[in-house]
This record gives sequence, C-alpha cells and structure tokens, in this order.
Amino acid sequence: MKTIKAVMSVGAVLVLASCASPGPTREETMQVVKSSFQERGIAKLDRLEQSDLQLACSEASLKNKDLPKDVRERLEKQQMATIKYPADGKFLGDWKAGERVAQSGVGMQWSDNEKTVNGGNCYACHQLSPQEVSFGNIGPSLKHYGKLRGNSEAVVKYTWGKIWNTHAFNACSSMPRFGDAGILTEAQIRDVMALLLDPTSPVNK
Amino acid sequence: MKRPRLAASLVGFAVVMFAAGAQAQGSAADEIAKYRQMLQDGNPAELLVVRGEELWKQKRGPKNASLEQCDIGLGAGVVKGAYAQLPRFFADTKQVMDFEARLVHCMVTLQGFDRAAVTKSPFSGAGQRQTDIEAITTFVVEQSRGVPVKISQSHPMERASFERGRQLFYMRGGPYDFSCATCHGVDSQRIRLQDLPNISHNKQDAARAFTTWPAYRVSQGALRTMQWRLNDCFRQQRFPEPIFISQGTIDLITFLGVNAEGAKMDSPAIKR
Repeated sequence: MKTIKAVMSVGAVLVLASCASPGPTREETMQVVKSSFQERGIAKLDRLEQSDLQLACSEASLKNKDLPKDVRERLEKQQMATIKYPADGKFLGDWKAGERVAQSGVGMQWSDNEKTVNGGNCYACHQLSPQEVSFGNIGPSLKHYGKLRGNSEAVVKYTWGKIWNTHAFNACSSMPRFGDAGILTEAQIRDVMALLLDPTSPVNK
Repeated sequence: MKRPRLAASLVGFAVVMFAAGAQAQGSAADEIAKYRQMLQDGNPAELLVVRGEELWKQKRGPKNASLEQCDIGLGAGVVKGAYAQLPRFFADTKQVMDFEARLVHCMVTLQGFDRAAVTKSPFSGAGQRQTDIEAITTFVVEQSRGVPVKISQSHPMERASFERGRQLFYMRGGPYDFSCATCHGVDSQRIRLQDLPNISHNKQDAARAFTTWPAYRVSQGALRTMQWRLNDCFRQQRFPEPIFISQGTIDLITFLGVNAEGAKMDSPAIKR
C-alpha cells in the first residue's frame, strides 16, 4: 500500500511539474506575434490572419508530420474549387513575356507599391530556360517541361491549375497561389504557360 | 577544374546538355565561393568596431553617462563573451531580451535617451552613415568572437521564448503562404544561387547562421545586424514588418540560438 501511495505521489508530482511550465499555446504565441508586427506600405496586419489551409499546414510542419489524409483531401478539394480557367479558352500567351515574369521577383513586399507589376520569380525555385544558370532548387526542375509532357488538353489544364493554385494538387506545397492570391494576372499566367509549353520556348529546346 | 564537355559529346546529346547546364551552374557557384573567399581578407566592419567602442565608452545622452555599466547578461560592464549568451532572461525587466533590445534598454535607463527616438530608425539606409545601434552592436559582438554560443533555457520564460520562436518559425501566412520553414527547413535548398541554411533541422546550418550575424553585406556596403536579417526575411516572406526588438523577433533569435548551441561566434562576418 505504501509503495502504491509513493508511486502515486511521484506521479502527481510529475503531473504538477508538467503543469507548472506548460509551453505557450498557439493562442498565446499568436498574441505575441500580433503585437510584434506593424503594417508598412502595402503589407498590412491582416496578412497575419491565417487561412484554414495555412493553419493546418503550419501545425503539420511544426509537428514534422504530414496532414491526415482526410484533412488533406478536404483542403485540396476546397482549393480545387478556386481555380479559374480562362473564359476564352486561351491558355497560352507569349513565352518571351513569360520569361520576364519568371525572372522578376518583385511584388507584394512592403518595398513595393500598388503600381508594382508583380513577378512570378519562378527562377528563385525552379530551373526553366537552360540559358539561365542562376536558378534555385526548392521546386523541381522545369527544363523541357512541355517537351517531356506534350501539350494535350489534360496537361494544359493541369499546368494552369498548378500555377493558379498549387494547393489543389498538394495541400501544403511551398509554391504560392499565383492566380488565387492575385499575384499574377490571367495574362501573365498565359505568358508563363507559354514559357513552359510552347515548343519554341527555350524551356523546350 | 576539369571540363567534362569534350568527353561528354561521345555519350549523346541529352547528356551533353545536362553536363553543360550543370557545369555552367557549378562554375558560377565556384566563382561565388572564390569571391566570398576574397572578401575574407579585409572586413570594413573593423572600422565600425572602433566607432562602436568609442560610443560604448563615451558619456552621452541626457544623463551624460557611458554604457560601461550596462549589464548585458554577465554583469555590469562585462562585454567579453556576452553576445554569445543572448537572448536571455533579465530579472530587472522580467523579459527575455536579445542584444539589440538590451542595448536600447541601457541607452534609455543609463543614458536617458528617449526610447521611441532610439528605435525609430535602427537600420541605416542605402549610403547612409551606420546607426549608433549598428556600430555598438558590431563592437559588442566582436568581443564574443571564438566564444561558444550558450543560450540559457533554465528560466521558464526562456523556454517559452524558444517555443514561441519555434511556432512562429513554422507559421505560414500572408499572400504567398510562406513561413520561415519554407526556405529554412530543408537541407541544401537554394534561392537562385544563394544557399539557404536549414535552421530547424540542421545544427551546422543553424550554427553558421547564428554565429555569422551581424555581418558586413558587401552588396549593400553596410553592416547588418540580426534584427535587420529577420526584418529583411519577413519583407521577402510578404509579411507585415516585424517591429524592431519586439518579442516575436527575440523569440525567433532564441530559437535560432538554441539550435546553434556550442558553435563558436564568428561575427562580424562578411557576406556577399
């Protein structure tokens, strides 16, 4: 009996000890975070309000885990519904203009303004035209993107969707939602599409 | 360096294209490495160390006092090795503070400067004279060169700071959905040709990042502090602006510092 009591009290002490210094909750952290930022130029404080998707992906990576399958599927379905395909059915623009979009990294920072023409900054993370050797590796290489995949309707629609809202295909992808978040215009996305899929684009040479 | 191009032509067109592409990038990276090596020979931050030391010792402000009685964690007036143990909890303010926060605290309490005025423009603009905060920070961090990083986690508030920093590190937000971890949570990632340290899961990377800031940025011709480093990351992350020496910024520095435990300080460094 005595030993049982001793074991129980040790247990109680352990429980108390873990209660005495609980880590900050998400709410407590968010309170500190919100008091730690200020709006500047076009970068307002509402950018700290997380969407369901941002929150779910933050929590998963904090735990170093993948999203539960049902959550991932639900989020991807939601994101899929945001994709807007071009009303006139025209998916491909000018690859030369697309190359400029891919090179430019400005837009939506507090050092930009409402008149800044946003870039896609594709080369920050992807290889595209082989002439450009300064490319990052956060995303996969897109060299020969169209050459390898062709330009069937399925490929074209998929590619448009990936650029518009990549989270529809991979809920916690690192890539921004270029269409859905209004980073690029429909015309700019057409041009990037041409950079990827036009047989005359250097990407496919 | 051996050039594989000629040999590769025997193996076929696709292989040549691949080899040439890889080599072009490889040699660009090599050139950048050489450039960085050359930069190590003379660091303009040394001049700022001198100015920072003068500012530290000079009687200034409404109270006409020097900073020599400033306690940055190892006791009043102890500068040697102090930067390597920050952020830490300070009993007088009941806060976890990084060096820049503690410096502002001393400028206000010891010298009588106005807090709002001191923190209004902590970072020098392009082509401007470096701020006093930048100069003093450079002097103080130099006094920790070679000292192992040791960030205390014994006080509950220090542990809470680490945990908040960790949570903020993984917090995705803004129009681009980026968190710190998007760029700094995986090994061997690059933006363009710039290597990105994996701060959350790679001790060596975290150590290199923590021990080499503040640094002289050649491309900007200026010394940049850790607070500036975070500020410019959040700009590119498309977040609102982190408030200078706010708790959130200190928490992130605590997270980074604990991950860098034991590495030797090597700042001010010189960077691209």
